[in-house]
Amino acid sequence: MEKFTIVTSRAIPLPTENIDTDQIIPARFLKATDKLGFGDNVFRDWRFHKDGSANKDFALNNPNYSGNILVAGDNFGCGSSREHAAWALVGYGFKVIVSSFFADIFKGNALNNGLLPVQVTEEYLKKLLAHLQENPTSEVIVNLEEQTIESAIGKATFEINTYKKTCMINGYDDIDFLISNKDKIKAFEAKHV
Amino acid sequence: MGKTLFDKVWDAHVVDTIENGPQILYIDKHLIHEVTSPQAFNELEQRGIPIARPDKIVATADHNTPTVDQHLPVKDALSKKQLEQLSENCKKNNIPLYGLGHEKNGIVHVIAPELGITQPGMTMVCGDSHTSTHGAFGIIAFGIGTSQVAQVFASQCLLLQKPKSLRVNVNGKLKKGVLPKDVILYIIAKLGTNSGTGYFCEYAGNVFEEMSMEGRMTVCNMSIEMGARGGMIAPDQTTFDYVKGREEAPKGEEFDKKVAYWKTLPTDEDAVFDQEYWLDAADIEPMITYGTNPGMGIKITENIPALNDSSFEKSLNYMDFKKGESLINKPINYVFIGSCTNSRIEDFRVAANYVKGKQKASNVNAWLVPGSQKVAKQIAEEGLQNVFEEAGFVLRQPGCSACLAMNDDKIPEGEYCVSTSNRNFEGRQGQGSRTILASPLVAAATAVAGKIIDVTKEVESLELA
Repeated sequence: MEKFTIVTSRAIPLPTENIDTDQIIPARFLKATDKLGFGDNVFRDWRFHKDGSANKDFALNNPNYSGNILVAGDNFGCGSSREHAAWALVGYGFKVIVSSFFADIFKGNALNNGLLPVQVTEEYLKKLLAHLQENPTSEVIVNLEEQTIESAIGKATFEINTYKKTCMINGYDDIDFLISNKDKIKAFEAKHV
Repeated sequence: MGKTLFDKVWDAHVVDTIENGPQILYIDKHLIHEVTSPQAFNELEQRGIPIARPDKIVATADHNTPTVDQHLPVKDALSKKQLEQLSENCKKNNIPLYGLGHEKNGIVHVIAPELGITQPGMTMVCGDSHTSTHGAFGIIAFGIGTSQVAQVFASQCLLLQKPKSLRVNVNGKLKKGVLPKDVILYIIAKLGTNSGTGYFCEYAGNVFEEMSMEGRMTVCNMSIEMGARGGMIAPDQTTFDYVKGREEAPKGEEFDKKVAYWKTLPTDEDAVFDQEYWLDAADIEPMITYGTNPGMGIKITENIPALNDSSFEKSLNYMDFKKGESLINKPINYVFIGSCTNSRIEDFRVAANYVKGKQKASNVNAWLVPGSQKVAKQIAEEGLQNVFEEAGFVLRQPGCSACLAMNDDKIPEGEYCVSTSNRNFEGRQGQGSRTILASPLVAAATAVAGKIIDVTKEVESLELA
């Protein structure tokens, strides 16, 4: 996993609420047996019309918007547990998703792939979305060490589990940690029925 | 202070607690399928890590399998490769696989309970969000991502932060024709799609106590649709009777010992939940959804609400519905009875009971997909297959099918499908498809009428299974 420190970037506003993982990566693209190429199909049915032409109204196709921070409506990542959604967002180039609420499984999947979910208040989100729509070139700074997000509308802090923060900063994953606890797990197994 | 059912099962599985961090939770059973496991197998292989406990894993092929001509080679090259990779991975690692065509094959959340793999007090995971289904047995069961599948492969454990506790109480008498599916659709419509996020939910009250195991599975299945990682119902005599005698269930004295333990699991009277709701069973009616998330549900007789909200409007626009309109008499060309929510024998009994002596409407394409080979067999043995066939229905072979439309079972663009599945997201049942979630009774009634009808008027004369 790539190490995460500070991301300074323009951000793409996507105000839709309840964006489910079926929208992030539709099921018909889940037939792959590796993690590659999902970025090409992120938000596939919102980005492209059925005839394959680009949907000009969709934020990712708006030439004014760019950057590796996605700012999305409330309850982002609900629905299916497919980690392919995180692979697709990372594959497309996103490093940070900002929302006022994240679904549990998606949040875990994102963290396991070096994609940082930044949860802000509904008020901050509303202001940030409006600001970005008016000022697409405005930059957003996300600092994991300090747990802050900074933009023209102000600075806010966000929560992250200390353990996960350490993992993100150092590029570690849970497998290494769990395997290092093998003896404890064996001891537990011996008494667990 | 007393403990909740969730606390008791969780605490019994904590291997270690990291200071200011997550806990290491031991996993008793790991279910896998073809879609979310290949990358996890690859990861371990690349890192040279062996699978810790293959004996605690069970595999099936369900998400990406055809529901017709299962005896023939799978046509889609990518699907075929995914299925072959599952077989190879299972063979290489000594993992039992109930693959396509196997007599125990079926949807992962249908086969584990019917084989007795699912037992009270366990921790169970699967790379599928509807793993919450198994909570019906008083289990901590939840969906995980593929990185976590790899973690369980490597260690039989997961690193987790203990979720908050939530209890939803439903008491009173359910009206005739109100099925477990209506109960959970009602709960989600009332509480909202993110009301459960961060929580593990317990369902309590006489409604659940009186429910069959299959009904409880339908309810717990959709816990994730209100954001809860899982849902649980306290194990009781109904649970013990269901588990007893199943293939992988403990036998004889061992079973009795287990029952004695399972009886200690229900939530203590003085336990306190972080959040608690009380709902009245008498207020619940047959439900349908009108939007693009499962929380957008109404009583079948109600009109679509008129909210001024851009996400709400986007959703109605996708569905081509208008604010304030009623869905009664909407013509429907597709009906799907299946999925891990509603593909068990009781669901088909309800549907068969309704269609008996009637005929499927000529405009309707109805896909009846049993949850497993065992359910399919039972449908035939109970004579339900004849009932369906006489009414103009065709049964397909087991699998997830049109619930997520990974295989060829796709609803065409722009068409409505009254579906017993769990998600009405945009394009969920095929690009541009429009899903209306409902119970097997409402689905069967729609298939016969060719349009949505007010089943509440009919149920009075109906003997429901």
